[in-house]
Amino acid sequence: MAKELIRLVKCVMAYDGEVVLNSIDLTINDKEFLTLLGPSGCGKTTTLRLIGGFEVPTSGDVLFDGVRINDVPPYKRKVNTVFQRYALFPHLDVFENVAFGLRVAKVPKQEIKPRVEEMLSLVGLSGYEKRDVSQLSGGQQQRVAIARALVNRPQVLLLDEPLGALDLKLRKDMQTELKRIQQQSGITFVYVTHDQEEALTMSDTVVVMNGGSIQQVGTPIDIYNEPKNKFVADFIGESNIIDGVMHADFDVSFGGHRFECVDRGFARDEAVDVVIRPEDIDCVPVEQGKWSGTVKSIVFKGVHYEMMVDSGDFEWMIHSTDPQAVGSTVGMTITPDDIHIMHKSDVDVWSDEAEYESEEK
Amino acid sequence: MGRLKKKFRLSFVALPYTVYALIFILAPMVLIVVYSLCYQQGGGWELTLKYFEKFFDLSNPMYLRSLWDSVWIAALSTIVCLILGYPMAYILSKMRPSVRGMVSFLFVLPMWMNFLLRTFAWMTLLENTGVINTLLGHIGVGPVQFMYTKGAIVFGNVYNFLPFMILPIYNTIVKLDGMYLEAAGDLGANFSATFRRVIFPLSLPGVVSGVTMTFVPAVTTFIVSRLLGGKNALIGDLIEREFATGNWGFGSAMSVIIMVMILLMMGVMGRYEKEQSASGGLLM
Repeated sequence: MAKELIRLVKCVMAYDGEVVLNSIDLTINDKEFLTLLGPSGCGKTTTLRLIGGFEVPTSGDVLFDGVRINDVPPYKRKVNTVFQRYALFPHLDVFENVAFGLRVAKVPKQEIKPRVEEMLSLVGLSGYEKRDVSQLSGGQQQRVAIARALVNRPQVLLLDEPLGALDLKLRKDMQTELKRIQQQSGITFVYVTHDQEEALTMSDTVVVMNGGSIQQVGTPIDIYNEPKNKFVADFIGESNIIDGVMHADFDVSFGGHRFECVDRGFARDEAVDVVIRPEDIDCVPVEQGKWSGTVKSIVFKGVHYEMMVDSGDFEWMIHSTDPQAVGSTVGMTITPDDIHIMHKSDVDVWSDEAEYESEEK
Repeated sequence: MGRLKKKFRLSFVALPYTVYALIFILAPMVLIVVYSLCYQQGGGWELTLKYFEKFFDLSNPMYLRSLWDSVWIAALSTIVCLILGYPMAYILSKMRPSVRGMVSFLFVLPMWMNFLLRTFAWMTLLENTGVINTLLGHIGVGPVQFMYTKGAIVFGNVYNFLPFMILPIYNTIVKLDGMYLEAAGDLGANFSATFRRVIFPLSLPGVVSGVTMTFVPAVTTFIVSRLLGGKNALIGDLIEREFATGNWGFGSAMSVIIMVMILLMMGVMGRYEKEQSASGGLLM
C-alpha cells in the first residue's frame, strides 16, 4: 500500500569540514505526512534542503521515485517549498505570487485564473487577489505561500517551520488546516519543526533528529510511548529519567524498589535508563503506594497540576488533576506498561551542546 | 513633553543646514523664477512672459531644437549607461567581497579626478591628431572625425556618468534577499526566468535612481558638449551663454523650463518606483 517516493541513502552534509548531517538514511512514502523534528542545529532543515535541491549532499544519494536526483536543480524537481520566511515576491500581488509557478511553466492563461482562484479559496483567501503581500498578516502570508506552492500540484510539499512566526491560537488553527489540506490534496508533506506537540498532532510519521543523526522514526504514538533513547524521551514531552538496573526480563529496579515491567531482551543486570511520563504516576495514600515522597511544589498548568515529589534519591515530576498539599507525604504507584526501559546511550546525545543550540534559537 | 523636547533638539541641530538650504538653494531658485518673469527696462521692472515666448517661438525654433537635442542625447547616453551598467552591477554583486571591493574601487577611481580635467583628457585622445587617430593611422585607417560630433557628447556623458548608473543598481541587487531566488527556482524558474520575473523587477528602484542620476546631469551638461561637441550647442550651453552675456532674464527662463521638465520626469519615475516598495534607491 505505502509506496516509496523519496529515499535518502547515507547522506552526509559537511560545510568546511564541519559535519551537519551524519549519514542519514530515510524513506518517505507517497501521500504521507512526515515530520522532521529536533532542536535547532540538528540537521532537519538541511535534510529538507537536500530534498528541495538547494543543497547537494557531500556524499550519499537522494532518490526520487528510484531515480538519483543529487544534481537535478530545484527548478526541475517535482517538489515545492513553503519557506520559513515565506519568501513571497514583494513586487507581485497575491494573485501573481500564486500564479508565479504556472506562468513560468507557460500554463495557458485561461487555465491560470481558475487554478489560482481555486487555491486561494482552499487556503481561505478568496477576494485577496489584488492585495499587496506586504499588507497581509503573518498568517495570511503563510497561506499565500502554501497556495503558491500547492498550485503547481507538486508530488511533494516541503514546509520549513512554516508556523514559526505565528501566535499560539493561529498556529493551532493552521495545524488543523494544513492536515486537512494534506488529506484533501493527497500530496506528500515533509514538514520541519522543533515543536514536538506540532509534530505529534499533524504527522503520520515523525523523524526525531539530533546532532545530524536520526534518533528515531515512528508514528507519533510510538515516538511518545516507546522512545528509543534518552534524547527522544526527553525531547518529546516531559519525562522522569532515572538510572535503573534490569535484573532479568520484565524485572527492573530503580529508586530503591523492584518493579515489574514489559521490556525484555537486556543483558543480565544491565544498567539502563528508565523513563516514566509524569502523567503515568498515580498519587495514592502512603500505605497503598509502592514508594513515597514529600510534595515539594505544585504549579497549576491549566488542565492539570504539576507537582515535584522528592522520594529522597530522586525528584519526581507528576502531572495530575488531583492536587496534593505542599509538604504532605504521598504514595506513588505505576503500572508495568508505563515503565519504559532503554539502553544507556554510548554518548549522552542530550548533551550540553544540544541544549545550548536550542537556547540559541 | 519629552518628544517635543527631542524634536526641538533635532531641529536645533538641523538649523545650520536649514539656513544653508534657504540661502543657497531656495533663494536662488526663487530668484531664477523671478528673473524669468521680469523684464528690466530703464530703472523699472515689468512682469512679462516674453522670455518664454521667445523660447517656444515656432518661427525660430532654435531653442526648441537645442532642447530636443539635449533630451535625446541625454536619453541615448542614459540607455547606453544602462546597457553597460546593469550587467556590470549584476556581475559586481555576485563577486566575492574581497574582489568586489577592488573592482568597485576601479570604477570609482576616475571620479576622484576633476570632471573638467577628465573631459579635457578625452579631447587629446579623440582629436584628429590625437592618440587614437594616430594609432588608427598606423593601421591605415582614418583619421576619423571623433571630436565635435554628437557621438562624442554621448561618449563623454557615458564615460562621466556610468558610475552613477552602476552604483545604485549594484546596491539594490546586492541587498536582494537570496530567498527570493530560491523561491523562484523552487517554483520552476530557471536563471533567465528568475532574472526576468524576480531579479530585474526587484532591482528597478536602483534602475530608476541610476537613470535619474545619469539623465539629469546629462541633459543639463555644458562642459561635455562644449569641449567634445563643438558647435553642437545643447540647452546647457545656451543657458550658460545667456548668463555669460548678461541676459539673466532669458537664461533664467530656460533654466525654469528645464527644471520643470526634469521635475515632471522625476515625478513620473517616482510614481513608478512607488509600486516597488523595496528600498535601495539612492534618490527618493
